Amino acid sequence: MSEPLATIRVVRAFGAVVEGEAVVSAEGFSPRYDLDRWSGVITKPGHKLEGTSLRDKICFFPTAKGGIAAGWAFYDIKHKGIAPKALVFGVTNPVMVQGAVFADIAITEGWDPDPAGVVRTGDWVRVDPARRVVELLRRAG
Amino acid sequence: MLRGDRGEAVRDALRYQVRVGEFFGAERFVPITNAHMMGDIEVMGDGGFEYLARACAKRARCRVPTTTNARCVDFELAARLGQDPAEVDKERRLIAALREMNVLTTDTCINYQTLYQPHLGEHVAWGDTGTVIYANSVFGARTNFESGPAALAAALTGRTPEYGFHLDRHRKGTLVVRLEARLDDLADWGAVGKIVGERHQSYYAVPVFTGAVRAPLADELKHLGCALASYGSMAMFHMVGTTPEAPSLAAALGGNRAADEILIDDAALERVYAGYDLQDRTCNLVVFSGPQLSLFELKSLAERFGGRKVHPGTQVFATTSNGVKSAARQLGYLQGLESAGVTVLEGVCFYILQNLSQMRVANGWTNLISNSAKIVNIIGAHRFNTILRRTPDCVEIACSGRLA
Repeated sequence: MSEPLATIRVVRAFGAVVEGEAVVSAEGFSPRYDLDRWSGVITKPGHKLEGTSLRDKICFFPTAKGGIAAGWAFYDIKHKGIAPKALVFGVTNPVMVQGAVFADIAITEGWDPDPAGVVRTGDWVRVDPARRVVELLRRAG
Repeated sequence: MLRGDRGEAVRDALRYQVRVGEFFGAERFVPITNAHMMGDIEVMGDGGFEYLARACAKRARCRVPTTTNARCVDFELAARLGQDPAEVDKERRLIAALREMNVLTTDTCINYQTLYQPHLGEHVAWGDTGTVIYANSVFGARTNFESGPAALAAALTGRTPEYGFHLDRHRKGTLVVRLEARLDDLADWGAVGKIVGERHQSYYAVPVFTGAVRAPLADELKHLGCALASYGSMAMFHMVGTTPEAPSLAAALGGNRAADEILIDDAALERVYAGYDLQDRTCNLVVFSGPQLSLFELKSLAERFGGRKVHPGTQVFATTSNGVKSAARQLGYLQGLESAGVTVLEGVCFYILQNLSQMRVANGWTNLISNSAKIVNIIGAHRFNTILRRTPDCVEIACSGRLA
């Protein structure tokens, strides 16, 4: 196992160990308000990640948005093969957790340090829920 | 149950609940008396429907009374609305599966007004968010936001993990809001929710309202709660002297120091109404929905539309439950609304209508005018430009065809 370049500790976590390309958002997220559930691309006009695909990505969001309907959405996009590999939240709500666990997508909440100063979109990261860490493995290109 | 003594479906549901509970550090489960779940083909997609069909085939049956939230199809009007017949058919089969699983397919987001009113301290497992915040705040019952899969799991096992708003420590006020506005209209109460929710977007923020000039009506608390939940992701509020866990400000705060104090006066509300972009002032769509209307709201709306006609080219929709619509028909309010040209949809919410984006394009809708702060917030992904207006203004816009 390669030695990480940086480590972010998380407070709560669920899921298997996953590695993938990071997408770091300055804006919160809802799979219903922001995501096109047929393509896996953020399509909400004006969202800071508009045009970005979340498929197979490790997604960092400061907050969760949206209501109850989001609970089925992760299962739906996983069924369509366009789900992210993991969701790393600063602060989330129970719907996101219930939805991610139901879809068997790794999810974490609470971080130290804030990934905004550590991870950039395109970097290669590993989420290890059992160890409560997110590790930066490789810088982008 | 984990051994599978009650069947595979219950075992799977409990395993799922254990994983969710572990995430939040829940120490135990609490028994629930009632579940309210969101489950329709628009929110579930084919994957969710297949899951449900498998659970049904494994003889998953709800152990506590379980009702359904508003859905995406009004079967009477689906063809007129241009909804996809294949999806409408799936919705029928989905409803049949839910009924086989011992779910009461009531299709309403105002279960707390029309179906079941839990008492102080009663643990339930409810979603959508508007039902949750009303249960916690107005009844003093206890529930988290329970999404469709989570509410269904709770219905199958009869319990839910004890975290969040099941625990005393999360139910205390965290900020104070002083109401000095007149709050004459339902939209005003929604606007209060928007102001507070936008400023404190957190599931664990619990505003305490003080200074209400009169006892608020259930429909007013409904619009306030729905907006707080929608804009702020909040699950509970207190209103001193009104809600059961707020006999005084000190009791509502329960030892917490208020993280913020907000004053809301008439000027603050006017700033909300003035804040909407009217674009080209098109007003061919006026919607009363999100949450569904109570019988009192439908009666009031029928009176406001009395003797008037919706402007040619404008479409006006109101949504409600089967029960309320039936009562409104019996009392004559429905006929009044329909003769004015208002379409009253049953068992749905406008925001989750199957095919809504396509419907928007086909009808040339751009601006959506509503007295619901919630729907004005959540429908943006369908690319509507939304405008909040007071109820009499909505009616005037609908009948005059002019948006000022």
